[in-house]
Amino acid sequence: MSTTGIVSVTNLSKCYGNFTAVNGISFSIRRGEIFGFLGPNGAGKTTTINMMIGLARPSGGSVEIDGIDAVKNVKKAQSIMGIVPDESNLYDEMDGFDNLCFCGSLYGMRKAEREQRAKALLSQFDLAKAGKRPFKAYSKGMRRKLTIAAGIIHRPEILFLDEPTTGIDVESARQIRHLLLELKQRGTTIFITTHYIEDAERICDRIAFIAGGNIVANGTVSELMQSVSHGYAIRLTANQNLEPLAGDLQQHFDGCTVKVDTNHEVTLLCEERIPLSPVLQYLDGKGISVFEAKEIRPTLEDVFVNITGIEAEKLKKEKEKGGVAK
Amino acid sequence: MKTWIAFWNILKKDIQNYYLKPPNISWGIIFPLSWTLMQLIRSSGGMNLSDIRALLPGLMAMSVLFGTTSMLAVTITFERKGRSFDRLLLAPISLSTMVAAKLSGAILFGLFNAFVPVIFASFFIDLAVISWGVVLLAVFLIAVTSTLLGLLIAVSAKEVFEAQTFSNFFRFPMLFLCGLFLPVSSLPVFLRPISYLLPLTYGTDLLGGAILGVGTLPPVLCVLILLVFAIVLFTFCQYNIRRKWIL
Ligand SMILES: Nc1ncnc2c1ncn2[C@@H]1O[C@H](COP(=O)(O)OP(=O)(O)OP(=O)(O)O)[C@@H](O)[C@H]1O
Ligand SMILES: [Mg+2]
Repeated sequence: MSTTGIVSVTNLSKCYGNFTAVNGISFSIRRGEIFGFLGPNGAGKTTTINMMIGLARPSGGSVEIDGIDAVKNVKKAQSIMGIVPDESNLYDEMDGFDNLCFCGSLYGMRKAEREQRAKALLSQFDLAKAGKRPFKAYSKGMRRKLTIAAGIIHRPEILFLDEPTTGIDVESARQIRHLLLELKQRGTTIFITTHYIEDAERICDRIAFIAGGNIVANGTVSELMQSVSHGYAIRLTANQNLEPLAGDLQQHFDGCTVKVDTNHEVTLLCEERIPLSPVLQYLDGKGISVFEAKEIRPTLEDVFVNITGIEAEKLKKEKEKGGVAK
Repeated sequence: MKTWIAFWNILKKDIQNYYLKPPNISWGIIFPLSWTLMQLIRSSGGMNLSDIRALLPGLMAMSVLFGTTSMLAVTITFERKGRSFDRLLLAPISLSTMVAAKLSGAILFGLFNAFVPVIFASFFIDLAVISWGVVLLAVFLIAVTSTLLGLLIAVSAKEVFEAQTFSNFFRFPMLFLCGLFLPVSSLPVFLRPISYLLPLTYGTDLLGGAILGVGTLPPVLCVLILLVFAIVLFTFCQYNIRRKWIL
């Protein structure tokens, strides 16, 4: 573990009967980073988080948080944690403001302090007007936001979020990402599980992929990208059918592969990075106007698909399912 | 200090969210009241003031029993079902402090319920001769043990209706087994051992001694036995909570 590590998970496993939900995983989280935990439904994300926060007892392995053995000394570890569970589980009968204040009080915040903080959070999350409404009258997105607010009211050093953006609209998801980056800037360490690869790509410093209870890849976003690097590619969009030119292009740019995508689009693939201007000049010389030329990089999704062998389609379906169901 | 803030706020939340809700308050009042009326009407029509006094210990014990057992079992099962209970499990306070806070709400509610019949009785009889210190202690110990029984049910129940059913399963027989309205000595011999396995028997005996002067066991013994029940139940519940609620 590096000296700046705040979490270190070693050989952590969880069995339910003879079913292994988490199979001896190890990883560490550095202080102040956003660590993404990605995987499809049933991969073991929630089980892992629950073991880290003390809601589930590991069948084996250890969790150390800020030097505290989080399995043996749960309560001490919990005092520096903030937790946003996958379900919005505040008190239905209580209003938003009281809910936040109550959560603050559980961490020993005094009345004046927690009330002030609750007010600030309500307005930060655009919930100021809903502060006096009971939680049960909140919409799904509002519930989600209040649950996140409840998780950070006591300014935790490390924040655990289980699928914070599942089932909410694009704008709210953007707000949440923004908030997480802000928290990070203030030094909060963040552990986030998600099956939205785009989310992870946008905000995470490091990512671990989990599938079937095993960590199948683990690294910074760029490290993971490199692992699937399939050379470089440029996609061109022109004013006319490029198909007849494909052979010429390939001949002219030795070592490149030309792939015709649609009538007006081709992709040039090459081992090395391709400079744009010769390509554009060449096409210009043929009387073709190019409207768009774009370098294509592998996405995290490519990495994920590559490593886990799970097709993108299946993943998409799960996302949609998750979005509707939760 | 931090622990105390958490403790107090859990207690306050429960009181506001559950115990001070009109249906619960009226339950605490209506049930003992209708039972009193039933007993009075049955007792040969004429209002006999000594009857009221004789009924008081049983009524108080019953009010506490009904106010505590199911309330705690139902509220905990309800919070567990809605997952808000996780917040309490995740709070950085010891499990016993958290459980004690949950228990306190129900105990206070039980104490409140116990004095509903007392207030009614005070219109009819002179209550000055009663040793209130002992009564308070007895009511408190009954409240504690019945609440713990509620916790025991909460630990075993998964659904709210289960909690409700389990509590009725326990408390209705207890009305007859624990000397509330029939002396234990009048029960068939084979039932009496069961009576002495139930904490309520000792609480009712203590109350009877303080209000009517007819206790059958030494008060100190009753108090000691009730304390032992409380400690054993609390420990057992905690063991079960650790085993069942943290998966
Ligand atoms: N209490 C339990 N008893 C038995 N099996 C369980 C239990 N909890 C989880 N599992 C199993 O463990 C596996 C991992 O579940 P987990 O909830 O951790 O998945 P996840 O990665 O969080 O999935 P999702 O994206 O759907 O939230 C699943 O196969 C699940 O059925
Ligand atoms: Mg999950």
